[in-house]
Parts: sequence; C-alpha cells; structure tokens
Amino acid sequence: MSDVLDGPGVQPDLKVVGTRPIRPDGADKVTGRAAFGADFNMPGQLVGKILRSPHAHAKIVSIDTRKARALPGVKAVVTGADFPNLASEMHEGGEAASNLRDLAMNVIARDKALYDGHAVAAVAATSSAIADEALRLITVTYEVLPHVIDVEAAMSPDAPVLHAHLFTEGLEVRPTSASNVARRNQITRGDLAEGFAAADVIVEGRYTTQAVHQGYIEPHACVAAWVEDGQCDVWSSSQGQFMVRTYCAKILGLEISDIRVTPAEIGGGFGGKTTVYLEPLALALSRQSGHPVKMVMTREEVFRATGPTSGAVILVKLGAKVDGTMTAAEVELKYQAGAFPGSPVGAGSMTALACYDIPNFLITGWDVVTNSPKVAAYRAPGAPIAAFGVESAVDDLARKLGMDPLALRERNGVRNGVKAAYGPTFQNIGYLETLAAIKDCPQYSLPLGPNQGRGVAAGFWFNVGGESTAAVHVNEDGSVVVVTGNPDIGGSRAAMAMMAAETLGVPMQRVRPRIADTASIGFSMLTGGSRTTFATGMAVVQAAEKVVADLKRRAALLWEVPADKVEWRNGAAVCLDPAKADPKPMTLEILAGQSARTGGPISAQVSLNAQGAGPGFGVHVCDVEIDPETGHVTVLRYTAAQDVGKAIHPSYVEGQVQGGVAQGVGWALNEEYIFDSDGRMENAGFLDYRVPVASDLPMIDTILVEVANPRHPFGAKGVGEVPIVPPLAAVANAIRSAIGVRMADLPLSPPKIRAVMDARAS
Amino acid sequence: MSKPHISAIVNGDPVEFLADPGMTLLDALRDELSLTGSKEGCGSGDCGACSVIVDGRLVCSCLMLAAEAEGRRVDTIEGLAQGGRLHPLQQKFLEHAALQCGFCTPGLLMAAKALLDANPDPTETEARYWLAGNLCRCTGYDKVIRAVMDAAAELRQVKV
Amino acid sequence: MVHVIAPSDCHQFTGGLTEFDVEADTVRRLISELEARFPGLGDYVDRRMAIAIDGEIHQDAWFSPIRANSEIYLIPKIGGG
Repeated sequence: MSDVLDGPGVQPDLKVVGTRPIRPDGADKVTGRAAFGADFNMPGQLVGKILRSPHAHAKIVSIDTRKARALPGVKAVVTGADFPNLASEMHEGGEAASNLRDLAMNVIARDKALYDGHAVAAVAATSSAIADEALRLITVTYEVLPHVIDVEAAMSPDAPVLHAHLFTEGLEVRPTSASNVARRNQITRGDLAEGFAAADVIVEGRYTTQAVHQGYIEPHACVAAWVEDGQCDVWSSSQGQFMVRTYCAKILGLEISDIRVTPAEIGGGFGGKTTVYLEPLALALSRQSGHPVKMVMTREEVFRATGPTSGAVILVKLGAKVDGTMTAAEVELKYQAGAFPGSPVGAGSMTALACYDIPNFLITGWDVVTNSPKVAAYRAPGAPIAAFGVESAVDDLARKLGMDPLALRERNGVRNGVKAAYGPTFQNIGYLETLAAIKDCPQYSLPLGPNQGRGVAAGFWFNVGGESTAAVHVNEDGSVVVVTGNPDIGGSRAAMAMMAAETLGVPMQRVRPRIADTASIGFSMLTGGSRTTFATGMAVVQAAEKVVADLKRRAALLWEVPADKVEWRNGAAVCLDPAKADPKPMTLEILAGQSARTGGPISAQVSLNAQGAGPGFGVHVCDVEIDPETGHVTVLRYTAAQDVGKAIHPSYVEGQVQGGVAQGVGWALNEEYIFDSDGRMENAGFLDYRVPVASDLPMIDTILVEVANPRHPFGAKGVGEVPIVPPLAAVANAIRSAIGVRMADLPLSPPKIRAVMDARAS
Repeated sequence: MSKPHISAIVNGDPVEFLADPGMTLLDALRDELSLTGSKEGCGSGDCGACSVIVDGRLVCSCLMLAAEAEGRRVDTIEGLAQGGRLHPLQQKFLEHAALQCGFCTPGLLMAAKALLDANPDPTETEARYWLAGNLCRCTGYDKVIRAVMDAAAELRQVKV
Repeated sequence: MVHVIAPSDCHQFTGGLTEFDVEADTVRRLISELEARFPGLGDYVDRRMAIAIDGEIHQDAWFSPIRANSEIYLIPKIGGG
C-alpha cells in the first residue's frame, strides 16, 4: 500500500511533478551498461593494492619495502612517508566537518596504526597476483599497544590513549591530561530537577547499539592517472566528485584545478562515500609509477577500513504527569568515533528530543575515539541511535501511563511555533499530520495473534541545503539538457528532469539530465544530508526560469511587443498584446530553431547556496512475531509515514522510505561489528555480517504526508534520511509488546531473545 | 605457466579466451570479455551481484572458475534484452521503480529470470526466498518483489 | 537589536552567558558583533556553527538578512549522510 496525502501549501495543477515517469538512466541500469566505479579501465593501468594493519593499535617502528620494490612488475610502493604532514585544520564542507590531518592519516597511517585494517602501505603492479606478492614482501615492524573499542571502556581514565594530543573540548575546565574523549556537548533548557519533581511518573533506561556498516553493495573503486605535467584525472564512485577533488588536493598538496574528477555511477553510499579512502593512494601510486592505477576494495576491506557508524551507550530518563504531559527529560549519549574524533553525537544530541515539546531537559553527548575504523556518515548520522533510546523510553512511559503510544506522542509533539529542543522555532512542519496518518492506517488497528507484538516510534532529521550548481541548455530542436554536479544514488536524475520539465512546460522525456565532471559544471556540495532534490533542485528550477525569461524576451522581440506582454504557458510563449491579431503561440521548438538569429544559444547556469531546508518527521508502526523455540523475529507488517514536503517522483520517495526502513530493521535485529579479543573484526563479510535479504522482510507500506516547504519551488523537503531513524525503536517496541520484556541491547538477535524468553519461562 | 584456452557460448555467441587457472568466471566476463554488467559485491557468493545463468542454472559467477565454463552456455545481463527490446522483467523493474543505485540490479534480474524460467507463477514468499541470495541495500525489496510478480503475470499472459 | 541564544559550545567564549542582545542586520554583521563582544566567538561561529534566524537555519550565508527583533539561535553545523 502506498498513499500520498496532500497537505497544506502543495501546489495544485502540476503536470510533471508528482507523477511517476520512468527514470532517465533506467535502461542503462537494467541492461548492465551503467558504468560503476570498478567498470572503468584505462590503457596501461596498473593494479593498486593496500597493506593493512593486522593490529588494532600498534606503533609502526619501521616499514621495509625494498623486497617489494625489487619484485619484477612492481611499479610503485608508497607509505605514509610519501605524503605531506598536514596541520590540524577543520574542513567544513557543510557536511560533517572533517579534520584534514585526521583524514590524511586515516587514508594511510603514519607513526601508529589505530585499528585493524588501517592502511599502512600501498603498491601498484602489472597484475593482481604480483601486487599481492608485493604486499607479502613488505616487512612492517610493529610494537603492539593495548587497544580499546568499547565506548565506555575508552572513556575510563586508565584506558589506552589513542592520541597524545587529544584533550576533551567542551568542558568547563580544560583537562590537564590527554584522553579518548574528544568532546562533550550539552543542550539544556529549563530546570531539570524541578521538571522531574513535577512528574508523577518517571521511566529510565540504558540502551546500547553496536557499530553497523552502511553496507552499500558496491565496494569503493577508482582509477587515477597522473600526467607528467602534474595534471591528473580521477574516475571514482563517490557521493561527490567535488569532495574527492578537494580532499585529494589537500592530502597530496595539489592545486585544485590540476585535478579533474569524473563521477562513476555510485552503487550505494548512505553517507559512507562522503569521504576518500583510495583516491589519494591511487594518485600517489600513479605519480610514482607514471601509469594509471586502478584500485578496488574487497568486501573485507570495506568492512574493516570504511564506514561504519558508531556503537553507543544511551541513557534516558523521562518524567510526565498522569495526563501524559512530559515535564522533564535527561539524555546522555556516548558514541564511538572510531580512530579519529568526529562521531555523529552532536547530531544525535540535537535530534534526540526533536519530536517533543518538553520544558525541562538536559542532553549530554560524548564523542569518544576507539581502536575501530573511523566512523563515516550513515543516513541521518547519529539520529537513529539517539531515537532508539528515547523512543524506547517513550514507549515504556506510555505503558506505565496506560496511554496509547501515539496519543502520548501527540500530546507532547512539536508543532509550528514550538521551539525545537535543538534551538530554532519550527515552521511548516508536518509531525502531527504524520502521527495522525499512522493512527489512521489499517495496520494500526489490525488484531494481533499469539507471540505477536506492535511497536511505534517517531524520528526526525534536519535536512540541509547548501551549495549547488545546475545548467539548463536548450538544444536547436527544442530538447533540453540539464547538467548538475551531484551523483545520483537513488533516482535524483529523474527528479531534476521533472522539475526542469515542469518549469519549462515540456514533457519530462524531452529533458535529459546529465551529471558532469568537476571541470564541466560549477561547484556542488556532495550528495548527502538529503539535500540534492531540495538544493540542486532549486538550482535546476532557477536555471530553467532564467531560460524561460530568455525565451519570453526573444518571443517579445519577434512579435515586436514589450517583454511584459509575453507569458510562458505549457511550453510556449503566448502574446498578450491585444493589438496583435491572434498570433500563434511560439513553442520551445520554434524559438530554439531560431536561436542563432535571436541572440545565440539558449542556456543558463545557476549557482546558489540553498537555505531553508525543511525538517522532516517520520512515524513508523511495526508488527512482529516471535518464534518462542528459536527467538527468531519475523517482521509481519510495517507502515512508515513521513512528511516529505512534496514528493517530486513519489515512487522514488517511497523507495527511499522503504530502503531506510530495511536498513533500520537490519540494525535492530541482526547487524553488528564483532571484534575478537585482539580487536580484529570477526565478521568482515556478508555471510557473517547479515544485512536483511528479501525473505527477511514484508512489503513496506508507505504514507507520504505532504506539508509543503515554502522555500522550495515545489515544496520539497529532504526525504532520504528520516526513514532510518524510527525503525530501531519501532522494532524493539514491537518485541517488547510481544514478549513483555524490554530489550535494550542491539541487535535483538535470536540468541538474546531466546535467553530472555527462557528466563521468563523458568 | 600457460593459460588454458576456453571456448564457451556467452549470450548465444561463441567466445574464446585464455584463463589463469585461478580466474573466476566473473573476472573472465568482466576483464576478458568486457561484459561489466555482472558486478562484484563480495567475491564470496554472499551478495548475488554477479549472478549469471550457466546451462540454465543460476550461479554466482564469482564462485565458478572461468575454466569450468568450457563448452557451456553462459547467459548474462547483457543478453537479457533482445533485438533492442527490454525483457519484461527489465521493463517492470523500470515501471515499478525497483532500483535505486542500480548496482545489484543486473544480478537481481538474472536471478529473477532464473526464477521465472523454473516457476512461472511464484507466490510472493517463493519469490522472496528465491531472491534471498541477492542483496539490495537501497530498496527494502518491496518494489523489486512487485516488479518480479508483475513481470511473471505478464509473461504468463504472453504464453497463453 | 536581535536576541542571540548561544549553546554550550559557545560558553567558552561568552563566559557561560547563554542569551544576549546585539545589533545586526545581516549574518556577517552578526558575526563581527559577536567577535567584537566575545573575542573568538565570531570566528568560531563562522567556522563551526549554523545560524537559525527566527527558526530558519542558515549555513555559510553571510548576507542572509536579519530583521530587527529577530531571534538568533546558534547551532552546530548540520551535515548528513
């Protein structure tokens, strides 16, 4: 089932936006023609491979590469010594901030290996077998150090310290000794003690989550070619070709204009491809060897050395009156950052209570470095973890109050004019409408059988705007090309073409969207933060509007009327001057065909920094059945409602919601990084790191609630991230409902559930 | 060490290539025959992105040695559309928006083709279990299953 | 005057002050006023914070206008996946 509920502010009479055409890149992708990262090759290319640390924490005493270099067929060997040492410098791409020094040291270790899988050296050779042999011939002398991965263990004063220069930021008094706690952040309002004193009912919980990987099916891949004059080309799969260009320039000390990055099709990212791992190494190997170098990660490398998101500990305490009015909330979040500072705990803190209007609260977040891969963004980074704790506690509160969990959320839910827990005052949000949509959906009132349970949970994500460029070119036959700089992960080409077509008044099939390399379109921030349809879409619409203005101007010249006597309707200029006896409308084709004689090519480019992204809310209901014999959880039914502003292409919006739900269900039930006692990942493959498969899931029903965002030409809000926020708690709450016991430690895998059920039975 | 010479039929056409003894069928398809539609997502038979059909049987081409293709018929995603027309499965994937990034799509289509060849009228549960060897991280499988069921219905009509 | 609310990240510069008024009609003016009043804060806000003007979040936008009597909330910059 999929519903679209038009709400306030949605424009009527749209002809293209809101329909479901076939995506412009569809045929390429169902025929195997689409070229992803590993599908590109250059003549004379070498194979690049990486030697990775087998230790979770070790001093690198020495690296001897002589034997590897001497092996016939080996053309280059690089280590950390081949890269410039960068000063600590925050790079604010508008995405999660990165410290460039840390980024460079994550790409290749210098004096210390900080996790199992940390790159230590790289080789380029004429064949894969020779490259493998070369890796075996490199001798690295390590001094193994004690390691720490568990977040609370890493916070303890006697934990092994990863970085001698790391002193906790955000405390009242700067600490005198280094620790693994990179930062504390706090958000507070009102008087916590007073708030809890006013409460009739208090619930508390301690919740844990494990590190989970984005799990994109396409491993990282790139080809890099360094030319002797210092100019270079990179072909790679990422969420942003401009991001790759900037980071490569910084890490290698190059001029930005000397690098051209061409985006391959991207086989999933979910935030995990918002940084670089291979590209700087491939460039360095290419520089040393004088050949193009291709690098492709194995799945094991993807797990051991990229992503994941944080494992965490979440403490929640909530207080409410008997009528359900929440009076106080205290939330503490401890997030693994992996080897370098920068967990998403800041966003976790800001989103933790974003669905609730509570007068007194304190949210404290801890960003903690650990001997595990540096976390990367993962779909609404930080929010699902915080929501798992808060939404579980809200469920317990509803049970204790004897209230319907949706009614409790509605009573305390944020609405327009309410000041969000993270600061600003909400406008044009659709949270209450989304709660109502779930209350009214068929699933919510279906009867449950034995060993079955139902859980609901809510979620929030900010969504962002940011810098984007788009160009619209009208061809001489009246067909149109739209060019942007944002990789298409989930169907955004269709949305770009549709918004241009709507603005120009032509069928979507006359508009072909292309994604350009870094030299062929102006700068665009990467595809992430649910920003592309909003921000890049805004640039597309503005460029199309400029084209329309130009077309009207040219029509006015041809009709010899003032420009304000021409209107653009249904893809044609219409003359409004009554003195002209019924002139026929001038279509885009006609005007395009005469463009040489009316001023030259018809084309416009718009670069902007989009502000005013609308925040998104989701409410999910999940029904499960527990097998008492095995503890296995079957998800029986699932409905997800979300305020999407305006769905440009509803099918791909539904797809975003369904995909986010599936990832969240995997996070809740099965997925986790498992480390052995030496800190080595034990399940670095899809057999043992179990993502949901088709037989694990039911159909995922969606309800798209449309409360328009007035800052977007068609009312769109970001949609890609919200849907992964509620599922962790929706599943856990359904299990609570089925077995009568609160399970607070993810993943809720069969052995854990069976243990609880066995204990309950005896 | 000399490389064995392999002859096979790929998408109906005879092909020949030299294969290292350790070379997988997937590497032969991608690197020797430039058929890059089959993808490598794991190299261990867990993700199904490399699914092809060998003598009518669905296999992960990353788990089969190239040398084992000698004398066999291999069907890949590149052969699914015929005569410039998409196969009904391909068409239904597009109509149902059953792909997002598209990386798992070639493997899912080949697996779905093998399903419908073996069972023209699968239940939803049968389709879900048959396709359980093909990981998709984008779609949550909802639209994929709908597309496969719709294509099955259309193919049954064509046959009647 | 506009009313500024600063979260804990900024307290190292404000000496713990959470709310105060400044004169500003653009984000850029606001940043320079913050820097003048609390040395280091303007630079910190410019690099690390987003600015919510009456509820609408502005990132890296010096020339976004600020109306008189606006409420300004300083919040950490937001990224995403």
